[in-house]
Amino acid sequence: MSTAHDPSRTSHYISDTYYADLVAAFGDWQRDENIVSDPAIRAAAEALVLREARLLDLHAYRDWLTLFAPECAYWVPGRPEGSDPRREVSVAFFDRRRLEDHVHRLSTGAAWSQIPRSRTVHAVSNVEVFRAGNDAPLMVRSNLMLSEFRAGDSRLISGWCAHRLAQIDGKWRILVKQVNLLECNQNLRNPSIVF
Amino acid sequence: MPSHPLNQAPLPIGRTNPDYDWDQLVHEDRVHRVVYTAPDIFEAEMTNIFGGVWVYLAHESQIPRNDDYVTVRLGLRPLIVLRDSSGKYRALYNRCTHRGATLCREASGSAKVFQCAYHGWTFMNTGELRGVPWPEGYASDLRNSCFNLAQVPRVESYRGFIFGTLNPDAPALADYLGPVREPIDEWLDRHPGSRVVVRDANRLKFHGNWKLAYDNSADGYHVKFSHRSLLEMENRFKADNEKGMSFYKDHPDDAPMYVRYFGNGHHFKDKRPNVEKRPGALWEIEGLAPGMEFFEEEIRKRLGENAPRALDLASSEPVNINVFPNLLILGNHIQVIEPVSVTETNTTWYATAVVDEDGDLGETVDLINAFRMRTQEGFPAFGEVDDATNFEEIQRGLAAPEDEWVYMHRGLGIPGRFTTGADGSITGPATDEVFMRETFKEWKRLMANPPAIEIRREV
Ligand code: FES
Ligand SMILES: [Fe+2]
Repeated sequence: MSTAHDPSRTSHYISDTYYADLVAAFGDWQRDENIVSDPAIRAAAEALVLREARLLDLHAYRDWLTLFAPECAYWVPGRPEGSDPRREVSVAFFDRRRLEDHVHRLSTGAAWSQIPRSRTVHAVSNVEVFRAGNDAPLMVRSNLMLSEFRAGDSRLISGWCAHRLAQIDGKWRILVKQVNLLECNQNLRNPSIVF
Repeated sequence: MPSHPLNQAPLPIGRTNPDYDWDQLVHEDRVHRVVYTAPDIFEAEMTNIFGGVWVYLAHESQIPRNDDYVTVRLGLRPLIVLRDSSGKYRALYNRCTHRGATLCREASGSAKVFQCAYHGWTFMNTGELRGVPWPEGYASDLRNSCFNLAQVPRVESYRGFIFGTLNPDAPALADYLGPVREPIDEWLDRHPGSRVVVRDANRLKFHGNWKLAYDNSADGYHVKFSHRSLLEMENRFKADNEKGMSFYKDHPDDAPMYVRYFGNGHHFKDKRPNVEKRPGALWEIEGLAPGMEFFEEEIRKRLGENAPRALDLASSEPVNINVFPNLLILGNHIQVIEPVSVTETNTTWYATAVVDEDGDLGETVDLINAFRMRTQEGFPAFGEVDDATNFEEIQRGLAAPEDEWVYMHRGLGIPGRFTTGADGSITGPATDEVFMRETFKEWKRLMANPPAIEIRREV
């Protein structure tokens, strides 16, 4: 991990090696033999995922950003079987700076797709925690039922999430949040919220 | 009574043209709200417009080998666009001739034969009926072409873009496109080998009429307002705006960009004159995207003085090239407008990638394309969502029946505002609605005089 650059200002870390590691890490990770049994680790991982959902529903985006590692990614693939972000566009592939762009845009008073803003409930369930080795990052799978109300219409968006977590200065932080939407390769109405 | 010209063939059963006085709906300066809200007008458009002119279907790079197919729609007609086993491009109706089930239910794939899931009739990818289960149960001759799949009778390509029309009287595709071919050529020719390939798409939809997206496509008037949050976001680290669409920041009509109407509903907003003509100039205004600094340093390290040209390949081309009624080439996207209903529309933004045709780019082509994917995700996520919201709010506003008019008269009647080229094209300042007025003249002509429509079953 490079420290010479501020990832809020410049994006040096999204490199060819970063992509290669990302694609490898999000390949074949949901293995029964890698399920974490330590209740303390499981509780910490689940607490972070639930807290993330709560901060999104409270529109507390600045606090929400603090849950992510400085060098992080928010990734919504465009294919149900996953896709390689080097070859294909995603519904969203945000680095730290673009996450902050997104939060900044919402604060301009002119992001019409979020005026009025969406009211959301991120319902998170079926949490399972995986780890490929003692020092490896945690991989957390959870199911997502996202209810949204905006401008007179309600809808349900569903899918599952993979959170990649690591401890930084003693605190669990999100390295990558991947959201796998059931409708990822369909035409989406107003995808201006964080899933 | 409907005013069908007497020289037209009778409309097929079920095809009626709604009974409007089209001159009352489309004026020089305004259109009536019902052109966006009336279900009978929408239904007629799906044949008069989407059957009557050349409509974009797919890109050749989506079906690179014989037997490859993609499923699309022509208006509301489900089609299988394919290269048959001999390499010929065809657009088959995705509709079994037996009792009407769709034959192919995948978005894309490869097949020599399509078998219907309902009673098992099979068809060659030429559309010919290959066989039916237990044929001795039929007294009629199943080799009669009436049992072959329907197909779009005319399918032609222009430099990789596949179009189809049901209109036997339509001009050749190249003539239909006319002078809009020039910006399409330039858009392609900036790439190695003068071509691009299509990749996955950013797919959006909105609850509004399809024409709201087409009306927007050359609209330089909305940018500073509809996209204000994006303009602020793109320049949040800068004291002076200089990234992305910042040439809209002051008075866009004072900038050298322009809007041009080409005829047949095609138009063009050309923002290239705002950018210096030298390698690297496009890159300098490209908005920030994930991995940008890594990419730039890597390309400069690997390519030295050839770096600016490679950096420009990952930058978006500042043009909007609009081919009526459904193909919008903008930045590096091939956007397709897909009507779903009178009040629902899909806009599908196909990403494009560079091909290292001559081997000049070597391994850097993968780096260029990886970053080009990130630049192409930006506008759908941060720009188009706000336009689509405004399209939906137009559709809500138009619910008021007695408030009838939608105005499009910006620039109309101001002497000296437009120039007319030798090819008949009309050029004006970037914020003018001349492109919309001229397109609606063409729309009115097609709606008032329903074109002849036919399908083919001979293979
Ligand atoms: S509907 Fe296709 S075989 Fe009967
Ligand atoms: Fe726009």
